[in-house]
Amino acid sequence: MSNQIKVEVASICQVAPTIREFTLEAIDDELYPFSPGAHVVVEMPSAKKIYKNAYSLLSDPADTNRYRIAVRLQETSRGGSIYMHEQVKVGDQLLISPPSNLFSPFWLAKKHLMLAGGVGVTPFMSYIPEMLRRNTDFELHYMYRSLQTGAYKNELSEQLGDKYFGYDSDRHTRCDVTELLSQQPLGTHIYICGPESLIQAVEEAAQTLGLPASVIHSEEFAAPKPGMPFIAEIKSSGKQVEVSAEDSLLEALEASDISVPNLCRGGVCGQCVCTVEEGDIDHRDQYLSDDEKAAGNAIMPCVSRAAGERLVLDI
Amino acid sequence: MRVAPKEVETFRDDFTYSNSPEAIKRFPFPFPEDEYRYSVNMEPHTPKGGEGSAYEHFLDIDEHYLSEMTERKLVLDAMPHRCLAMDHMELACWDMLERLMTSLAEDYSDYFKLTIEGDQWTWENKLLNIHDTFTFGDSSTLPKPPLEYIGCQVQGDFALLDQRDGDLFLDAGMVTCPADWSLAFDAGMSFKEWHGPVPMAHNEGIFERALKYLTAMQVGSPIRRLNWTLTVNARMDTSPETYHEWGHERTSVTPDNVGEKVYLRVEVQVMDRMPRSNALMFIIRTYLISLEDIATNPEWAKRMHRTMKTLPAPLIEYKGLSRYHSMVVDYLSQFDPAN
Repeated sequence: MSNQIKVEVASICQVAPTIREFTLEAIDDELYPFSPGAHVVVEMPSAKKIYKNAYSLLSDPADTNRYRIAVRLQETSRGGSIYMHEQVKVGDQLLISPPSNLFSPFWLAKKHLMLAGGVGVTPFMSYIPEMLRRNTDFELHYMYRSLQTGAYKNELSEQLGDKYFGYDSDRHTRCDVTELLSQQPLGTHIYICGPESLIQAVEEAAQTLGLPASVIHSEEFAAPKPGMPFIAEIKSSGKQVEVSAEDSLLEALEASDISVPNLCRGGVCGQCVCTVEEGDIDHRDQYLSDDEKAAGNAIMPCVSRAAGERLVLDI
Repeated sequence: MRVAPKEVETFRDDFTYSNSPEAIKRFPFPFPEDEYRYSVNMEPHTPKGGEGSAYEHFLDIDEHYLSEMTERKLVLDAMPHRCLAMDHMELACWDMLERLMTSLAEDYSDYFKLTIEGDQWTWENKLLNIHDTFTFGDSSTLPKPPLEYIGCQVQGDFALLDQRDGDLFLDAGMVTCPADWSLAFDAGMSFKEWHGPVPMAHNEGIFERALKYLTAMQVGSPIRRLNWTLTVNARMDTSPETYHEWGHERTSVTPDNVGEKVYLRVEVQVMDRMPRSNALMFIIRTYLISLEDIATNPEWAKRMHRTMKTLPAPLIEYKGLSRYHSMVVDYLSQFDPAN
């Protein structure tokens, strides 16, 4: 990407046992202002390969002097979060994309109910200053495990007072999602950022309560997880692309000089969708609907893989 | 040498509007090939054509600046609802003001000056004798709301599209020189809703592709496309609100006056992602040129003849050309004897 921005790591701080916060400052140009819920894609040039992961911006959007991101060390990391935790030092330079936003607040809502799971609190960190400025009605429900996550819980609790609700599952306090959703006034929009299990639990509760799908918004960037190696065949050229266990399909295509438009590289934005002619798909994205996944003729190559040994792509 | 703003001319009543030879030369002629074809035809909005070109800068300020600002004021005084901004678009309006002021001050420093000290901004527009200091983000410190304030100082119509649920909604704008569409009517509509009347393109998946492209647009990478229609007389405000004033003029075209009476109306449409609000700014910058003036460039006249001749019937109807399209083709045919 030619429009990348060069930034310097101004400070690093441990904000939870497994989460590090990085403050990024511009080197050449000024940083763009950004909108609540925006993310950047950070390029991580490890010795093995270049990783590109999306991270939500968690600073006040009105502050154009610096960006802050928080990175959780993933147990199943292919290397991206390990690189950020172990290799990146204060003073290092990184390339990031301009901010883009796939998780903007629905400003017409009567009330905003935010549900954060672990490091999923980050996009809400940029919602809150703007919601306070607009004097809108909101609540933050923050679910974490204090032995691993729970970044910013004390400052959020202090800042938000009775708008803040914390649940520490390492101390056996849990959020009854169905109960919570059932108490919300009409016109409430619900935002979820966290693990797939949390998103599913909220969606199921919403369905049980008869809430329309249009008031539920979620975002979960999936770093591409490894899988079994497979072959991707390009229908137009007959070219065979080997996808190793560690690489994503998108990365393997790029390594073979086959360019596919892409932005978030985390299964959310929908830009890299490819048509599948043959082969079963292991869908791992948030973009395709359940029906589209079941139809089996489209794949998001940034995170999803073949379920078998071979896929034929019509690109 | 760039075209400098000239004295006020009119886009109504006596229609004194005219293009200088320099303005004709830099006119954004919209037909890239002989046969008319519908396409999304978007390209990055980066400088093209060198000094003085209509694509030299992010915004094009040309010799018609004072005339268009005068015309805009006439429209807004008569119909204030031609400018609107829904409450949730406040931040997007400030985004727009920031984008327009910074680019004008950078590209036309002889005319515009912006001084920023923290949130205290001072804006000077030497062409309109405006000099104001205000607090960025606080509408009460501006003489008019931010969209109206800056919109009255820049040529072209403006729409601010709110992005939500993977769609775009027309929730704010200032539209005083539309090619027969109404902001008040389209306000709040989704992308597909406000494009509802466009013929032919719906079946070809053009809107799906365009919407996917637009919702993924990134900050700092504006794009542009050209659109065109024909207008009788040099009338900027061909809106549904004023249809009774201009609709009947289509019957006034004759084989004798078609060259001077019919204008090619070109819109340079620029789309740009707004950083603070995630809204999409849509600028529709309109240029008018008479067929007579087009004929001063033999290549353009020939090309336009071929394009008009192959224009599909549904588009002739949609663009409102049915009554005089054949006269336009006949007039232009004299410049294209081979066809």
